[in-house]
Amino acid sequence: MDPTNTNADPVLAQAVRWLDEGRRVALATVTRTWGSAPRRAGSHMAIAGNGDFEGSVSGGCIEGAVIQAALEVMEAGAPRTLEFGVTNEMAWEVGLACGGRVHLFVESVEPESRASGALVQRSG
Amino acid sequence: MNGDLLRGIVAAQRAGRDVVLATRLTDGAQELFALDPLVCEWVVAEEVAPARVARGKGSSRRDGAVLRGVENEAIAAVARAAAPRTIDTADGPVFLRPYLQPVHLIVIGAVHIAQALAPMATIAGLRVTVLDPREGFATPERFPGAALVREWPDRAMTSLVAGGRTAVVALTHDPKIDDPALMAALRSETFYIGALGSRKTQAARRERLAEAGFAEAELDRIHGPVGLPIGARTPEEIAVAVLAQVIGALRG
Repeated sequence: MDPTNTNADPVLAQAVRWLDEGRRVALATVTRTWGSAPRRAGSHMAIAGNGDFEGSVSGGCIEGAVIQAALEVMEAGAPRTLEFGVTNEMAWEVGLACGGRVHLFVESVEPESRASGALVQRSG
Repeated sequence: MNGDLLRGIVAAQRAGRDVVLATRLTDGAQELFALDPLVCEWVVAEEVAPARVARGKGSSRRDGAVLRGVENEAIAAVARAAAPRTIDTADGPVFLRPYLQPVHLIVIGAVHIAQALAPMATIAGLRVTVLDPREGFATPERFPGAALVREWPDRAMTSLVAGGRTAVVALTHDPKIDDPALMAALRSETFYIGALGSRKTQAARRERLAEAGFAEAELDRIHGPVGLPIGARTPEEIAVAVLAQVIGALRG
């Protein structure tokens, strides 16, 4: 359409760059929100194996916990759904001070490459 | 998620194609759907079974068999609404996430305000095209990274305003350029039309466009004086006011 268009989602583009550099990557996605959640459904955060991240799934309240979950998902392989609710000021759990509630889907990105030869070599 | 699926989404966005990713939330099985322009239907572009399950070479990529119960209608609906949604299927909830071309802002007039507006709008996630037929105005030096069209609007606008998620703002002060651009915008389904100029200028323009056959209700679509009333004075401040008004029209 427009050859100068480089309008890929910057978070997904960063995730691809990490993959191409051979780093491990997980992707967290907001799947549903209630109340005054700061990031809309569909918002992405990409996490690299060393904890580097790009994007956001809240106003900064739960990103730390999501990075932790993402690192675990990279290890385990299977995706996870996470749920964060309102922070109780007296409780210690991670939550959203804004009073919103979010559901997240956290998945590991497997570093398959279009070169199918690599797949054969690895499995063989 | 399979890395190739992620690369597929990014490649589609760079190529200007809309895609929808379907993810079964129970096990992570995924399918990427793309619009087939010939039949106007969403078809499976890539499908990936749950993580670390053998991706059998024998299974056909076109079967769409990984996610059962994901209807073409549901995919078309999330693409139309430009908002994701979770649908229930017999095999569990499936999250549908559209990746659509960004909202397109067409700036008429490669003027000082446009030089501030183009980068600001890009940061806000819009795709920007700057149109100006005049020699020396729409140059890459003045608009690094923006798509530039050095043609008269009556020739270029029809294809530019195709599609609904488009905003048009006319900034030249020159009726020879602004008017035909606004006429093309009024004939299209753009969600925002703005035109620079004082109330006096707006009234004169309204008269000209009415003479050209546009009804009062149609002319009411034009925001002018342009931008939210924040008392903006400099070109940069006016750009902020215009961008805020565009976002207001998009989300409000």
